[in-house]
Amino acid sequence: MNTVSIIVLVVLAILTLVQVMRISEVSSEIQGGKDNEVSEKDNDTQGRLMFLVGMGFVISVVVMYIVWGRLSLPEPSSAHGSEIDGLWNLSMLIINIVFFIVQPILFYFAYKYRGKKGTKAVHFAHNNKLELFWTVVPALALAVLIIWGLNVWSTLMMPENEEEPIVIELYAQQFNWTARYSGSDNALGFASVYDIEGANIVGVDTQDAASADDIVTKELHLPVGKPVLFQFRSQDVIHSAYFPHFRAQMNCVPGATTNFQFTPTITTAEIRQNKDVKRHVEEVNTIRTAQGEDIWEFNYVLLCNKICGAAHYNMQMDIIVETEDEYNAWLNEQKTVAETL
Amino acid sequence: MSTKSTENPHFQDHLMEHHHEENFFTKYIFTMDHKMIGKQFLVTGMFMGIIGVMMSMLFRLELAYPEQSFPILELFLGKWAPDGVMSPDMYLALVTIHGTIMVFFVLTAGLSGTFSNLLIPLQIGARDMASGFLNALSYWFFAMSSVVMVVSLFVESGPASAGWTVYPPLSALPQAMPGSGAGMTLWLISMTLFIVGSLLGSLNYIVTVLNMRTKGMSMTRLPLTIWAFFVTAVLGVLSFPVLLSAALLLMFDRLLGTSFYLSDIFMGGEVLSYSGGSPVLYQHLFWFLGHPEVYIILLPALGISSEVIATNSRKPIFGYRAMVGSILAIAFLSFIVWGHHMFITGMNPFLGSVFTFTTLLIAIPSAVKAFNYITTLWKGNIQYTPAMMFSIGLVSTFITGGLTGVILGDSALDINVHDTYFVVAHFHIVMGLSAIFGMFAGVYHWFPKMYGRMMNKSMGYAHFWLTFITAYGVFFPMHFLGMAGLPRRYYSNTAFPMFDNLADINVLITYFAIIGGIAQLIFIFNFFYSIWRGPKAPQNPWKANSLEWTTPVEHLHGNWPGEIPVVYRWAYDYSKPGAEEDFIPQNVPLAEGEESGH
Repeated sequence: MNTVSIIVLVVLAILTLVQVMRISEVSSEIQGGKDNEVSEKDNDTQGRLMFLVGMGFVISVVVMYIVWGRLSLPEPSSAHGSEIDGLWNLSMLIINIVFFIVQPILFYFAYKYRGKKGTKAVHFAHNNKLELFWTVVPALALAVLIIWGLNVWSTLMMPENEEEPIVIELYAQQFNWTARYSGSDNALGFASVYDIEGANIVGVDTQDAASADDIVTKELHLPVGKPVLFQFRSQDVIHSAYFPHFRAQMNCVPGATTNFQFTPTITTAEIRQNKDVKRHVEEVNTIRTAQGEDIWEFNYVLLCNKICGAAHYNMQMDIIVETEDEYNAWLNEQKTVAETL
Repeated sequence: MSTKSTENPHFQDHLMEHHHEENFFTKYIFTMDHKMIGKQFLVTGMFMGIIGVMMSMLFRLELAYPEQSFPILELFLGKWAPDGVMSPDMYLALVTIHGTIMVFFVLTAGLSGTFSNLLIPLQIGARDMASGFLNALSYWFFAMSSVVMVVSLFVESGPASAGWTVYPPLSALPQAMPGSGAGMTLWLISMTLFIVGSLLGSLNYIVTVLNMRTKGMSMTRLPLTIWAFFVTAVLGVLSFPVLLSAALLLMFDRLLGTSFYLSDIFMGGEVLSYSGGSPVLYQHLFWFLGHPEVYIILLPALGISSEVIATNSRKPIFGYRAMVGSILAIAFLSFIVWGHHMFITGMNPFLGSVFTFTTLLIAIPSAVKAFNYITTLWKGNIQYTPAMMFSIGLVSTFITGGLTGVILGDSALDINVHDTYFVVAHFHIVMGLSAIFGMFAGVYHWFPKMYGRMMNKSMGYAHFWLTFITAYGVFFPMHFLGMAGLPRRYYSNTAFPMFDNLADINVLITYFAIIGGIAQLIFIFNFFYSIWRGPKAPQNPWKANSLEWTTPVEHLHGNWPGEIPVVYRWAYDYSKPGAEEDFIPQNVPLAEGEESGH
């Protein structure tokens, strides 16, 4: 019944429109059929609208920065994060300068040179100096960004370690994460999907001597100020380990091991005192209380950021960054592979 | 290169004979006339576009109000939205098919197919395409692929849902998600047909542009539209076969048990018998097409807007040679930047550096294009046709979206915003909006050439303003979602309290999306109404220079009733000093003492 009435409504709406169009058609014929040509009045109106809406857009971008700028991630909690953020800020500065110069010029020209009767456009086909100018200037700006960018990239990807990083495996499956700590030998035991059985969910090869002190957990604890080398594996489809607060991300590819290293610099306890984080938590909790949901306490979180199936949107693991003592105490409580398997 | 004319003294009689024999089927369905084939592409593309846009409205509704019940969802989605709540599987299917349809069916076939077919012979002065038969085949492969894609929406296990990039293993294993069952097989079959059609079309465009230009139409006198279509076709011919091979290998993995992309997979309680393949190989093959594909979509739109902006500013396009040069530079670079989609796949960091370098270089020719557009407007006498409005909209979105490319192309910055809404904002603005604005500009501009009637301008203005405002309203706020770390392709953000304060923005975006979607009805109504009842078009309604406006309003096979016009000048002699009118068509001989720019 609903469907039928919707169809009837749509058909009636179309018929009404057709009739309205007919009337305008007839009236246009009476006026000599000229009213569908672009008139001077149209040029004037649309040119002015271009300016108004165009500037409105530019101003609304400023408003968005003011109102939503605070939504951006808080200060980075990793050593390399501030390098990424520095480069990010410079890039944003450059593109915003270009945006706020070029867009207003575009809409101003659209308004200023709106067609008027009796005026003739200026025949201006090319100017090599001008074109050279706007080839060279972007090239210079990009040269800066490229050189700086490649610098940051190589320090991220090929870090020079003063101390040996702690090796931790992050293991992805539809739709959860598992961590495997390498234990006192700081070497992960061999693992493969062929060894998955029962409680051995990540497929550790128990025959490998290096595996005995490995620790498999469902929580990710990290010591502050220590470099951590993550090795990523996946057992089924591609996942992506996304640590937004640490400015880190790497895909987990079945059949291969990928890695990413970073050094956490702010503990969970400290970041909860960060004023941006506090404001964020307060804002979120106001919303949650209004909806009758639990109060949220800030935690670092690991997300899956590569489409992996139905529950992709809820594949997560909390990350706890703590002092080295707290970390060691926690790790000592965990059972090793030798004890569990 | 020499130009030759395909004159035949008996051609005209031959045409007339055929003209009377035409029935409905030979005229509208199995036609080999390039103008009709162009219209077939357009209408099919519009049909697919309606499906694609409606899908986005459905999933936007879900994103704004997750887990709430909407009877309309159950009406459209049936068992995939029990009690009016969309299932996560259906959400992923909708974003996948939305992406596939918009990228391939609307903005590749619908845009390039329509305007390359319509304009290449008309603007270079040819009777038709080099091969009318291949051209018809190209459309029919596209039509078949559209049918298969639409059919795939109705299979029991649901349509493909691994994202429009269909990365294996997710797309390869039916156990991984329901959408990787029969729906995925149909997706691959559809894409295979699509690629074949696209290749046939592209080859035809290249041959036609190179060999069938009329006398005097040197390459440097070609309108920029033709340059854009030509380079687009070259990109297509070089890159689509790679996607074809990627799709075939994926089909082998799915159906024949090969392991091109699969290795060491544990699923459903057992280890699957795949070994030695690499999922990253698929990504290399996919993006080797995927990145040129961005320009296959964008270049025709840029070509169309160059033509429309020059004509309606009543000025020559500024820096014609630089415009051609930047098209060629963008096309060349587009083949060596695909890795910027894969910075975090774990590929060798050195490769990441190379791809960062080449990617950021693309900003240079893009900047040249943007500045040349703006300079073309400078001291112009702008005629605000709806086509012109959309072209200016294109310049704006091209700049806005292009700028964020500087961030995403930088591997170090990409780490943190990769696969977030920042990327969604970037590519929708720079590629989606620019291309769709170019397509609208093309339809409004060449509608008189296609149907011999004019579209209603007031509806055109209303359509432009609603589309322009809502489009930015949808996509600009997404930058902020991305900077807050929100990943794309999330069915709902409710699983992470840290995103709870983004809910309002999602609601706002959805409002814009629904208004913008509904606003397209104005265009569709205007389009179909004007086909039958629009005022009759004059021969050259926009006072333009290019050759298509020298053909009669009534279509005929062979385009020109008499001889093919000879070309004496480039297409941009607008407001030339000394000339009486503010335009001089390309077939007007040089006046005595007049200097030819080209």
